[in-house]
Formats: sequence, C-alpha cells, structure tokens
Amino acid sequence: MSSEVQNSDIATNEETLDKLPLDAWHRARGGRMVPFAGYEMPVQYEGIMAEHLWTRENAGLFDVSHMGQLLIHGRNAASALEALMPGDFLAAADMKPKYSLLLEEDGGIVDDLMATRRGEDFYVVVNGATKQGDIAFMERRLASDVVIDHMRQQALLALQGPRAAEVLEAIIPGVSKLSFMEARPFAWQGRSLWISRSGYTGEDGFEISVPAIAAPELADAIVAHELAKPIGLGARDSLRLEAGLPLYGHDLDTRTTPVMAGLNFAINKRRRSEGGFLGAARILSELQNGPPQKRVGLEVDGRQPVREGALILDGEGNEIGKVTSGGFSPSLQRPIAMGYVASHLADDGTALKLEQRGKLFDAKVTAMPFVPHRYHRKGASA
Amino acid sequence: MSLYLTKDHEWVRVEDDTATVGISSHAQEQLGDIVFAEVPEAGRKVAKGQEAAVVESVKAASDVYAPVSGEVTEGNSALGDDPSLINSDPEGEGWFFKLKLGDPGELDGLMDEAAYREWVKTL
Repeated sequence: MSSEVQNSDIATNEETLDKLPLDAWHRARGGRMVPFAGYEMPVQYEGIMAEHLWTRENAGLFDVSHMGQLLIHGRNAASALEALMPGDFLAAADMKPKYSLLLEEDGGIVDDLMATRRGEDFYVVVNGATKQGDIAFMERRLASDVVIDHMRQQALLALQGPRAAEVLEAIIPGVSKLSFMEARPFAWQGRSLWISRSGYTGEDGFEISVPAIAAPELADAIVAHELAKPIGLGARDSLRLEAGLPLYGHDLDTRTTPVMAGLNFAINKRRRSEGGFLGAARILSELQNGPPQKRVGLEVDGRQPVREGALILDGEGNEIGKVTSGGFSPSLQRPIAMGYVASHLADDGTALKLEQRGKLFDAKVTAMPFVPHRYHRKGASA
Repeated sequence: MSLYLTKDHEWVRVEDDTATVGISSHAQEQLGDIVFAEVPEAGRKVAKGQEAAVVESVKAASDVYAPVSGEVTEGNSALGDDPSLINSDPEGEGWFFKLKLGDPGELDGLMDEAAYREWVKTL
C-alpha cells in the first residue's frame, strides 16, 4: 500500500521545523505531529472525522500559533495600508476585524489576512506559511515611519463551535458579549488577552491571542470543560472547506485575483471608485468586465473524494480549470470540492466532469458554503 | 490457514488455494477515517505488486497492491456501503478481495504474522 498525502505546505526534509509554544501540550494529548508551514503541528488527536463533528456540535480548540501576528504602527499606518490593500483602513472602526488581501501589482493575491484597528495601530493576522514573505513584502512598500512588529511572543488559539461561547464565558467572563467580527482586550490570570469573535470553520467562535508562556495554561483551562476538545489541522481543513472558505496556497495564490476568488466583499466601495491600491487596474477592470475564471463549489457524485489538482472538464472534455481543494465532507457524508472554472461555466447547477488519476467523475457547480454558516451576529438571539 | 503480511502493510490469509487480502491494523490506523474503497471485480487477473484496489481516508488516497498473483474471485461488496469496516475490523470484515493463488511459491517471500508485528513496532 502506498499513500499520497497532498499538502503543498508540507516542508521538505532539509528544512528545520520550528516548535509551537504548545508542542509538548499537543504530544501529551496524543496529537499526531506533521510538518506544516515550517512547524511541527498536530494533524489529529482521536481522528479527523470525530474531531470535525465534535466542532460542529460542541467546541473545538485549535492551535493556530503558526500564523503571523503583526502590529503595524506609525502615524500614517491607515493610509500606508490603503496603498497596499483594497480595504477601507482610514474609516475602519476600532476593534472590528476586517478581512483583506495583500496584492501584487498585477492583482495576484500575496496573502489573505484579518486586520483590526486598535486606535492608531493595526493588528494583522497573516497565514503561517507566508508570514515572512508578507513582512518583507510590506516593509519594502510601507513608508519608513510605519513599523511592523512581528509579535513572536504571542500564541494564537481558536475556540470554535456552537458551544464555544458557553465554554469561554465560564473562563473569561464577558467574551460572550462580543458580536461576530468584534474584538477587544481581556485579562485572564493577570495576563493580557486579545480576543475576537471570528474563525475559520463557519461556526460561532473566538480567536485568542495569548502570551506564549501562558498558552498551555489557558489551553488546559479550556479543555477542562467537558464541551471542549483539542482539534487538529485535518479537521480545520475539512471544516473550512465545508464553510466554503478559501485556503491560501491552495485556493488563492499569485495567479488568482480577489474577483476570480469571489472575494469582492473585501474590495471596499470607496476604494472601487478611488483605486490607489496595488493591483487596482486589473481588479477594477475585472469588477466591471468580469474575471476570466471564477472560484466555485462542486458537488461530486458518488463517494470517492476528488482532491486538489484534479482537472475540471466541460461537457466536451475540454479542460476548463482545476480543483484547488477537495475532500470528503464529514458533515454531509459525501465528497465536496472547490476550484476555478471558466466564468461562462460558473453558474450554479452547471454539470461538469472531473478527472483524477485517469478516472472521470460527474460534478455539479453549487453555491457555497456547503454547510450553512452559524455566526453570532448582532441582534440574533444567543 | 495461515496469515502472511507485506512491508506495504497488506495481509493475505491463505486457505487451500484461496487467498483473502486486506490491509493491516497498523495501515488503517495510519490512514485514519476511511471514507472510500474500490475493490477489483471477480475475474480480474492481478500480478504480485500490482495495484489492485484503492482506499481513501479523509486525508489521503492510497493504492493497495496485490501481495501475490492470481485471479480475483470476489471483491468485498460490503466496503462500498460501509468503508469504515476497514477501520473497525481491518483484518476481518474489512477484507478487500479474494483470489485464486497463481503461484503459491510467492508466499515464501512474505512475512509471517509474528515477524510483521515485530517489524511494525520498529516503524
């Protein structure tokens, strides 16, 4: 038997792998460690399927300390960031995380990120595999009076699931008052935490920035609750796929633009009329005339997963795109995928074929998310 | 009835000239939750070392090789409806296919159960 695990973020053997602040914590709980984004990270504890379903029903604790936490400060930080990204940083409300994208001159995506105004500063969380490149990219382009601090001493935990608020409120009173996409500082056992109500699973939940030295203690306190369990990277990937959320390096890269990826919501209205961000020429043209390809969801017939790299064919067998993420959906008990197709074949219901290892699969373009989001929005009942 | 195993983690259980093939408990544990299996149909001739079946977990796709040559007499149809049998009973109900041995001499190159279980501990 021979396996092909596909994961382009898996480091080569020559690279030395860093350890997470919670490395020993994961191992003590049976985490199976694999190389990911330059770190040894837990891919699973008891099993991806069980962990996935647990998170959809209860609360799952994820260690995402590999991600880059940056503090961008300086008097003109907001306008400096506007020169790079298509978001509204000037009028950004305090403590409201916003999704944005670092773009190349040609509109290709360098990374996707969350940026939160904290007074005059911006707290920015970028992907783990890309963080060093992102910092270099921004430092080359930001004015000299804007400074990027890489907060290496901070760990990042995510608690996700319909019971996450109940679990975290018992440890850190007040967190359940946050609405989806709100953040603020909290204190716990004399430590400063920065908590936002956000995540990458489609469920309600929180992301918690904690000093690395206090992370094991906080993780212990969370999983001491009977509704919380540690969850590995494997389930993180299947959860975000069901939620229709793109993963950088797979569904997004320098060959894709925000418009191709269906991330138009991240291109602010004022910025659309004013331009003035990297890649604006191409992005504004694609907004007006449509992109050549679009990211779509795919429902795959049968039970066999169709994974990243599979070809997408039209009715005549012509290649019109590629699958960029795909797998078996634990919640739906069927294979799902996302990928890019020629725009004229991107409408919901379009019948397509997928080709993987010489075998053809019937598939249908379908709206995402595959599993409905259940965020905690203001005004919604708790 | 005797059990042989390969370094690729397939097992083969031999009774007279019929061999039943599956993957070891160690293999299913490494794969994790199995969500799909494709087994060969009766009548297909497989050669030792040739890809004979496919097994997919949430995370990975794997080929299962024929540990010995022969003609397939039956694929385990139960795996189509419930591939998780490979997780729950890998060396029993989770068998993949049966074949009529082409060359019983090929069994000599395989490990016996005790040797395999010892070897797996070193991985």
